[in-house]
Amino acid sequence: MQKNRLNRLILSIGVLSIFTFSSMAYGLSDAFKENIYKVGTLKPIDSVPKLKVGDRAPNFTLPSVSGENISLSQYRGKKNVVISFVPAAWTPVCSDQWPGYNIVKDIFDQNDAVLLGITVDNIPTLFAWTNQMGKLWFPVLSDFWPHGKVAKKYGVLRSNGVSERALFVIDKKGVIRYIDVHDINQRPHLEDLVNELEKLKK
Amino acid sequence: MRKIVVLLAVMTLFFFWVLGYLALAANKPPEKGEMLPVINLPIPKNPGEKNYLGLSGDGLFKIPQIKAKVVIIEIFSMYCPFCQKDAPGVNELYYTIENNPDFKTKIKLIGIGAGNSSYEVEVFKKTYKVPFPLFPDKDFVIHKACGEVRTPYFIVVNINEDGTHQIVHSQLGGYPGAEPFLELVLKSSGLK
Repeated sequence: MQKNRLNRLILSIGVLSIFTFSSMAYGLSDAFKENIYKVGTLKPIDSVPKLKVGDRAPNFTLPSVSGENISLSQYRGKKNVVISFVPAAWTPVCSDQWPGYNIVKDIFDQNDAVLLGITVDNIPTLFAWTNQMGKLWFPVLSDFWPHGKVAKKYGVLRSNGVSERALFVIDKKGVIRYIDVHDINQRPHLEDLVNELEKLKK
Repeated sequence: MRKIVVLLAVMTLFFFWVLGYLALAANKPPEKGEMLPVINLPIPKNPGEKNYLGLSGDGLFKIPQIKAKVVIIEIFSMYCPFCQKDAPGVNELYYTIENNPDFKTKIKLIGIGAGNSSYEVEVFKKTYKVPFPLFPDKDFVIHKACGEVRTPYFIVVNINEDGTHQIVHSQLGGYPGAEPFLELVLKSSGLK
């Protein structure tokens, strides 16, 4: 009986510690001022994988912020493709992910790769949000309607309708070579993606 | 009896863990008149950077150990658009200081990359040709100790001869350019 009480106390302290002391460190840029909606700590991954490395990447066509429609198939045989799904505009970690990719176009070029950024937000929202990041060199695509169709196809649509924070590396043959469905609360470090891109040369 | 000892041990460990956490994590940014939180940085391997900071040997150092009267700290991120935009202007601040024989021995400048790995800090350094030492803070440890400030965040610290120190200015963003910022540093630190 006493042992049970002791176990319960230790468990309570552990749970209390997580809620009291877990802290959201975003390193958020002042570029977004007070316009970022704080989402708190979310379930790290909330989707069921549908694809695996070695699978053919499902094709899609989505509208981009710049006005043109972009299809994955247009890069077949020409470029490696990195797809960066981020959960939602105007949220903490997402707002500090693509601006980093924006200064490493040379790394993508060296690896003969293009980057496609995708969220489930609509075009006007993406327009306003990405304007805060400066001029992005890569297409930003809206998976808004039918809502999250591409995210669902890629197995990264969460139960609340946003996507996971996920990276897919697809080679010129259209084959998936790397999948990182990341903890939604954290930004993936750049070197992990770069290492995967460099493997495509081998 | 054994159970009581275990219980006391658990509670003591919890107490010290809380104490440690509170010592490391701050709920507000460092402000004028305060001391810096405890920040341990690796002594640069690069001889030029080591020499710039007046450090020797290996291991870790604390900011007040930098051989200077004033240290300017920029908390930045490779992923932050304003940090990217301000980078050339902050470089200019470094060169303005280094080109002045009076200031170059008294004022030093460092950057700390909040949430940035060594690789990411190097990308930032290379992209913007940053001439002063940058340090990674991959797991946000320093960022948390500094109240999880937004970036870029500037802190100006006076280092006293007896080894004590004091923050004389801090600001979130709003970098005004090299000359006005240097003027602000000189006035707030008492160098002018």
